[in-house]
Amino acid sequence: MNDAVKKQKDVICIICPNSCAITVKQMADGGKLIIEGQGCNRGETYATDEFLAPKRTLATTVRIRGAFIPLLPVRSSVPVPKEKLNDILDLLARIEVQAPFKCGAVVVQNVLGLGADIIATRTLPVDSCAKVACELKQ
Amino acid sequence: MKQTETDVAIIGGGPAGLAAAVEADKAGCKVMIIERDDGLGGILQQCIHPGFGLHEFKEELAGPEYAQRYIDMLEKAKIEVMLGTMVLDITPKKEIFAINEQGVVKVQAKAIVLAMGCRERTRGAIKIPGYRPTGVYTAGTAQRFVNIEGFMPGTRYVILGSGDIGMIMARRLTWEGAKVEAVVEIMPYPSGLVRNKVQCLDDYGIPLYLSHTVVRVHGKDRVTGITIARVDENWKMVPGTEMFFNCDTLLLSVGLIPENEVSKKAGIKLAKTNGPEVNQFLQTNVDGIFASGNVLQVHDLVDNVAMEAKRAGIMAAMYATGVRLPSINATDAVPLVAGNGIGYVLPNKINTNVDQALASMIGPVKVSLRVKKPVDEMYVKIKNGTNEIYKKYSKHLRPSEMAILELAKDALKGIDKTQPIEVYLEPKPAKDVTTEAKHE
Amino acid sequence: MLYDFAIIGAGVTGTAIARELSKYKVSAIVIEKLSDIACETSKANSGIIHAGYDAPENSLKAKMNVRSNPLYDEVCKELYIPFKRLGSFVVALAGQGTAYIEELYQNGIERGIPVEIIKDLAQIKKMEPNISNEVEAVLHAPTAGVISPFMLAIALAENANINGVDFVFNAPVQAIENMGRFFIIDTHGKSFQAKAIINAAGLYADDISKMAGDESFTITPRKGEYVLLDKLSDFVRKVLFPVPTKKSKGILVSPTVDGNVFLGPNARDQDSKIDNSTTLNGLDEVIDGGRKLIPGIPLVDSITNFAGLRAVSSINDFIIGESKVTPKLFQAAGIQSPGLSSCLGIAEEIIDAIKASGIELKLKDHFNPTREKPIVFAELPWSERDALVQWNKQFGHIICRCETVTEGEIVQAIRRPVGARTVDGVKFRTRVGMGRCQGGFCTPRVIKILARELGVEEEEIVKREPSTKYFFGETKEFRHPRTARGHNGEVLQP
Repeated sequence: MNDAVKKQKDVICIICPNSCAITVKQMADGGKLIIEGQGCNRGETYATDEFLAPKRTLATTVRIRGAFIPLLPVRSSVPVPKEKLNDILDLLARIEVQAPFKCGAVVVQNVLGLGADIIATRTLPVDSCAKVACELKQ
Repeated sequence: MKQTETDVAIIGGGPAGLAAAVEADKAGCKVMIIERDDGLGGILQQCIHPGFGLHEFKEELAGPEYAQRYIDMLEKAKIEVMLGTMVLDITPKKEIFAINEQGVVKVQAKAIVLAMGCRERTRGAIKIPGYRPTGVYTAGTAQRFVNIEGFMPGTRYVILGSGDIGMIMARRLTWEGAKVEAVVEIMPYPSGLVRNKVQCLDDYGIPLYLSHTVVRVHGKDRVTGITIARVDENWKMVPGTEMFFNCDTLLLSVGLIPENEVSKKAGIKLAKTNGPEVNQFLQTNVDGIFASGNVLQVHDLVDNVAMEAKRAGIMAAMYATGVRLPSINATDAVPLVAGNGIGYVLPNKINTNVDQALASMIGPVKVSLRVKKPVDEMYVKIKNGTNEIYKKYSKHLRPSEMAILELAKDALKGIDKTQPIEVYLEPKPAKDVTTEAKHE
Repeated sequence: MLYDFAIIGAGVTGTAIARELSKYKVSAIVIEKLSDIACETSKANSGIIHAGYDAPENSLKAKMNVRSNPLYDEVCKELYIPFKRLGSFVVALAGQGTAYIEELYQNGIERGIPVEIIKDLAQIKKMEPNISNEVEAVLHAPTAGVISPFMLAIALAENANINGVDFVFNAPVQAIENMGRFFIIDTHGKSFQAKAIINAAGLYADDISKMAGDESFTITPRKGEYVLLDKLSDFVRKVLFPVPTKKSKGILVSPTVDGNVFLGPNARDQDSKIDNSTTLNGLDEVIDGGRKLIPGIPLVDSITNFAGLRAVSSINDFIIGESKVTPKLFQAAGIQSPGLSSCLGIAEEIIDAIKASGIELKLKDHFNPTREKPIVFAELPWSERDALVQWNKQFGHIICRCETVTEGEIVQAIRRPVGARTVDGVKFRTRVGMGRCQGGFCTPRVIKILARELGVEEEEIVKREPSTKYFFGETKEFRHPRTARGHNGEVLQP
């Protein structure tokens, strides 16, 4: 029997304030996961996800024209793979939307095909002064 | 001068003000929110990260989203909102003087809820020597620049203070393409939530230097670097431990202070925390003026702000409709004091001769507190003289997480008014194997 | 243009001289190295108008201080400068002996300054309740006062400007050529010509003098650090001096004219004329010194700390008058304490020196001794506030909540003669950013207003010097620089 550990990750669970220190080991033989240190099932699930496919909820802003401020706050509708964050941020830095925008409205649908939408987290109506300023700039 | 009147005036349209307004309106009162910004939501509008409303709405919302839920509720109700209006004076007679584009506004209220929030502690308050270049900001000001004004205040950062705002900004700035060199914390433990340390610092390899502080700001006109050093248990710098970081910006996340300058004008007495002294009805020493949210005590979770503010809104509505709530100045008010291991407690006084009907209507007395340092396996106990009136086991207690206790209905029966009510910590004896509830 | 006079330096000395000169039919320009009025020593000092008993006998310091002190009431009234005669105590603590304050007392009597020595602790405590119980005696001088030094310089400058004096900023003098009948003054990018030069260049007065051919003195920078506390209403009522050291009047505790309290300054000589950084040791020294006078000083109310550099001359006195080496070069150098207190007298003295040198000065028929009264919203009663907003709704926008300053006042500060061009310029004219939150709330808003008024992008706005910009680009630009836009405003792909 091969007892060798192929890969190990130490995770501090963030599900509840106990902050259990959990270790996830993937065995070389068969790729089975051994999980130690969790205090509950939720922690076990969290640590497994962190090991296999860590996800994060992204929250940032995108440029908006015609509102009283230049940025619209947005977030991913569901957590997205951690390693894709940079690509999503690069994409979002390139786009610009137009006011008005309603809280919850989709800014980018199914971003990078990851199954998550980027949705607005603030309602920004059209601001008459901003509209004129934009027109003058052109 | 425009003169107007209302039943319940709420000063501040952030999360506390909004929640208080909704409740006061539900209770049938005429409600007015006076907000200095051009929109509602207060500080939530620049807190674009998720983490709001988990308990209340069972969803993890971004700050502006959470605010929008309340703004929608407001629109359904007939709550008057004065935007762009700064309150400059309040009198003990509950007259409010404010100013906006239309001129001076005088509002006569029957009851007032203070919900002005807090300000950030500054560099000067913590005595960092060096030059005074551009590039030194409190984390909240930087957050406003980045999320609302749309400008980056720097390219390379050191952040002093591992409070939540500092850690959240570390991630925010990294996501916008800047480099965060280090987060520096004077305590031997992080001062914000563990989840933020993991997701904002560890995720991005941003080092956290505990028991360190900033000892010099370099650069006469613009920050060119920061020197940090280790501190001993008396917070004195340990010579020879200096470390220099090249950077162009220093962010300070070194604490929040309730903003009560206007409250003082009404004759409201403040506690050492700079929040107003209140009783369990959230009423200050000026009858009919209540306080909730960060202006009363600095909160970590907006859900707790909402709970507290709803209570204040209900109390204010009751007062406005003629119910005389117990005064903090009354002889039956017993001081609640912080004992062993406790940083502060609220309320500052508890009225003990409360009418039965009123007590049932209002529900159990809630005590909020923060411990002085992180501790494990403690009993939180409350005693009056030698009489123990509350006991609860807690596996983990941290200064960064406010603890809220509920006193049982008869906990206050037979209170000895000559003795204070003391909240304190007691370690669980090692061999006590009787049942202990896991801290939820 | 060939000016009659070029004044080098726009601190209190230079602006006081400018105002005095502007009473005469002459042309003058103030040439300032940095971006605004009162950028160095003049904005980082104790803000005290000394009674005048302190300086050595027969010194110019004594003469100028005594001459100037009575002039402040009228000038401050004419120019709407905040000034309060709070009075001062020189405090002799137990064990220090009273010889020193008795000497000062004699100086006061001889110079005609109202002074008294009080030994009764109860009476001292009545006048200054929080003073240390270790006080043996105090020298009380009721004519000492506190003033806002930068507001003084700004008001003098505004008045000089409306009476015809030109001002140029960001113009460090690099060379001076003496052409006999006039001087050519080279600054970075522009040259000026003047028949006479008045050297009020503070820390750099020796450098300027050397450029003009006179190397008879040097200036040594002496750093003084301060801790500034919040407004502590009446916690300290008078300017409190300790028994001094050889180097300085010692570490004071004093109210400011705005109601704040400060501790400081200490005194450390240095070589650098640029290093105005505070130090851990220095701040500790200042706090210890302050605690000796007021043991209960609430440091929890600290709002900031800063340092100023005194310009100490090699003869330890003011150097005032025409240069003995270079004709038509007038020195107003070595202006350390009591420099602020003496600037009005120094200006008069320079005028006398100019006349004595043979230059004719004819008084103008119409000199305007006042300026437009700055609106200070925080001091107005409610009825006036309302009328103000009705007239201009910008006064209904509170920008600085700590000091209660409105947008209207900020716009005024920008539009006035020699108006603000930087965030610090706004700060020193209106007090925006000087309060508890130290600019945390107002700075983004002030930047917006400045950008709008000056017609520039927000990214161009600086704190004070050109290298103190706030922004490094827009929020999205680190990941994706803004590219060209199409006709419909769409962002074109790179």
